[in-house]
Amino acid sequence: MGAISLRRVEKTYGLPPKGNKVIHGVSAEIADGEFVVIVGPSGCGKSTLLRMVAGLETITGGEIEIGGRVVNDLEPAERDIAMVFQNYALYPHMSVFDNMAYGLRIRRVPPAEIRARVDKAAAILELAPFLERKPRELSGGQRQRVAMGRAIVRQPQVFLFDEPLSNLDAKLRAQTRLEIQKLHNELHVTSLFVTHDQVEAMTLAQRMIVMNAGRMEQIGTPDEVYHRPATTFVAGFIGSPPMNLLRGRAEGTRFALGDQTLALPRAAPRTGEIVLGVRPEHLAVARAGAPAWSMRVDALEMLGAERLVYGLVGGALVTLRIDATLPPPKIGETIAIEAPNDRLHWFDVDTHQRVAAAAAVPA
Amino acid sequence: MEKRVHFGSRWLPYALVLPQIAVTLVFFVWPAAETLYYSALLQDAFASKVQFVWFDNFVTLFQDPHYLASFRITALFSAIVAITGLALSLLLAVFADRVLRGASVYKTLLIWPYAVAPAVAGVLWLFMLSPSIGILTYTLRGLGIDWNYYVNGGQALLLICVAAIWKQISYNFLFFLAGLQSIPSSLTEAAAIDGAGPVRRFWTIVFPLLSPTAFFLLVVNVVYAFFDTFAIVDSTTQGGPAQATQILVFKIYQDGVQALDLGGSAAQSVVLMIIVIALTVVQFRWVERKVQY
Amino acid sequence: MIERRPYLRVVRHAVLIAAVAAILFPVYVAFVASTLSFEEVLHVPMRLWPGDHLLENYAAVMAHGSAKGSSAPVGRMMLNSLVSALVISIGKISISIISAFAIVYFRFPLRRTCFWLIFITLMLPVEVRILPTYQVAANLKLIDTYAGLTLPLIASATATFLFRQFFLTIPDEYAEAARIDGAGPLRFFKDVVLPLSRTNIAALFVIMFIFGWNQYLWPLLVTTQESMYTTVIGIKRMIPGGDAAAEWHLVMATAMLAMLPPALVVLLMQKWFVKGLVDTEK
Repeated sequence: MGAISLRRVEKTYGLPPKGNKVIHGVSAEIADGEFVVIVGPSGCGKSTLLRMVAGLETITGGEIEIGGRVVNDLEPAERDIAMVFQNYALYPHMSVFDNMAYGLRIRRVPPAEIRARVDKAAAILELAPFLERKPRELSGGQRQRVAMGRAIVRQPQVFLFDEPLSNLDAKLRAQTRLEIQKLHNELHVTSLFVTHDQVEAMTLAQRMIVMNAGRMEQIGTPDEVYHRPATTFVAGFIGSPPMNLLRGRAEGTRFALGDQTLALPRAAPRTGEIVLGVRPEHLAVARAGAPAWSMRVDALEMLGAERLVYGLVGGALVTLRIDATLPPPKIGETIAIEAPNDRLHWFDVDTHQRVAAAAAVPA
Repeated sequence: MEKRVHFGSRWLPYALVLPQIAVTLVFFVWPAAETLYYSALLQDAFASKVQFVWFDNFVTLFQDPHYLASFRITALFSAIVAITGLALSLLLAVFADRVLRGASVYKTLLIWPYAVAPAVAGVLWLFMLSPSIGILTYTLRGLGIDWNYYVNGGQALLLICVAAIWKQISYNFLFFLAGLQSIPSSLTEAAAIDGAGPVRRFWTIVFPLLSPTAFFLLVVNVVYAFFDTFAIVDSTTQGGPAQATQILVFKIYQDGVQALDLGGSAAQSVVLMIIVIALTVVQFRWVERKVQY
Repeated sequence: MIERRPYLRVVRHAVLIAAVAAILFPVYVAFVASTLSFEEVLHVPMRLWPGDHLLENYAAVMAHGSAKGSSAPVGRMMLNSLVSALVISIGKISISIISAFAIVYFRFPLRRTCFWLIFITLMLPVEVRILPTYQVAANLKLIDTYAGLTLPLIASATATFLFRQFFLTIPDEYAEAARIDGAGPLRFFKDVVLPLSRTNIAALFVIMFIFGWNQYLWPLLVTTQESMYTTVIGIKRMIPGGDAAAEWHLVMATAMLAMLPPALVVLLMQKWFVKGLVDTEK
């Protein structure tokens, strides 16, 4: 019963009319047991949104529902949620056991049950040997697990994660990511996970909310977000290296970009100024006879299994990803590349919204 | 901590250190040595006869009921000033912490009394609690309390306590505020999500984390009560009535400067020196313990 | 406070306002008293709104003090306090900063001894060495002089330790670069260390100025002539024996004058004041 409902949620700091609006009408329905990641660049409002669900920030517009109850006026303690903070927020003067037991003791859970729950969580998180230690005696990864343990024992309706992996080093991050996934598969608790890292988002999310400047740009599964980005922001934010976004003038199967006129494998959805998007991994060295674009190579990056080729097409910067087994082009050389039939994305120049292609795109 | 870089010069460091060392030797070390020396002497006021008596002065001191009374008064006084002062400023700091509007205004208004001289603080409260014309005296009379600290020793003690606490609140407040602000807000947020209300959060999370600051302030306040309050006593009760407010440091002054009892006041000074040293050592040792977050 | 109950916020503000009022009340009473006439100030209960004698009282007190008790002009006393406070604060900072510099940046025999010698002074407030210090001052003919008022208070361990602590955090690279550039220690001090120490100097100045201005016991001992009194001890001297005999309106005017400069320094330099307090106690 931990479904979350966000209805036109808004946040304004300060009093009108001079107030500063940081969240503009976010709406989303999150099913019980779903793992949703809120991802976006720094300052986009994702943490603010999470804290509004937690009750740590007031909701100045719209409604938030948890488990069927509208929680706008409820204090954090009354919302039946648990939160994992970026800096762990463990009580430094208490042992690991007491940290995890704190919330349960407040709710007058009988000591035997507290012991049982803490032991169970410690077993899942491999914290059993550390129960009597203080947080300062633990490593970063262990502290993060204690923070998760504290959330688990409460058995809440919703887990909230506020960039919990950002303070860990790269290797630990990957490890902890897997642990979070495992945990979710075992416990099936509705989870909202905030991060600025799109890799974390893509790997953990059942669905993602992509945010930018206080607005929800898109909500969808990682596949949907990756293959059918709803705006140029999403297109450029998800995927590494980022999607090539080319602004030019389309007419039928011709696309005027700078000083070049590119041949398109399929007609553009409309005539006029438009933004063409195509991912670096979908561009390829042109086969003989295919409609090709001319690219002047500027730089190369060798990444082991693949190569990144950077260059100019019609004056615009374009990135191309090719397999490392193919012979690399030379810098300064002009090569012919081709764009795929079905992997082109079109966006409106002014609204930045996706424009439907003329024919269906396979998912 | 040492620096790995240093300048080579034979005479310069001595020249630089000289002014401070000179003043220290002349006005600190030498008089302190003299105090130690005098404390072992029995000398009459005209210095015509001098007798070396080792620890006799100390023995006399600790058998003197006036001295013991002074000790008790000082202990009581510092306990009241320290505990009340700390409790009040903690309360104010907690209330002022993270208040959205006007936090800095409250802070400014509550810390400037630090600038007031203890002597002036004494005079202000003397004026308000003067048995004849004091405005607070008038209010107390209206409530049925007969206020006259010239006659009532307990009231005199109360007077100097109030003046001392009034002056010290701003200092404590400032440190408590800084201590509160160094506790990451995510800790109190986590506790709130765990279900702890504001009072429980304070006692189980905030106060334990504030204890290093509280302890440090306790030591500072005790030192303050022992030494810096001389001016308050001298400007209000002068140790009276009947030695009811004769704190140790004031007794030294009275016995030394007014009664010219060199040996006795020197012995008292030595006792006080030992107490300061003990307190300073405690302060240095314990301030080393910092809590990590 | 994380909870949003509005009545809690009201309670907090109410308590804080009450506290501010309680703290300010004595000062307010003093201010009102300083604007009343002799009869008005003796009237029981004293009125709580200002009177019309402000200029009159302050002028009188500055020029010729109080007729009862000490009659030293407060103007002169303010000057003494000012000179004293400035000499003490500037003096303390100056000799401490060069001592700290010597201790940190030089290796010389007796370095440890000097350090501990300075440390000892932390544990010897004036109150535990009253008479002998007075005798030394008397022997050096410092009674009733500005030197006597200031010299004995000028060696400060706290300032030295603060500077020492700070100097230890200055990256070694600065000194090495200076060495390579051919700068001697004094040049290094003047061009690098001093500018870096500006905030610490400002912070210490506030604390030391207040310390110097508010001195009581030492000026009490070392001055016998009224012309050398400082404002703070002057107030006490204006109150002869029983309290009804004092000219309270003038005494309060003097008290206001005594509180004014340190309060101004704190208010104008609040940021440095806070830093100074926190740093000197570490």
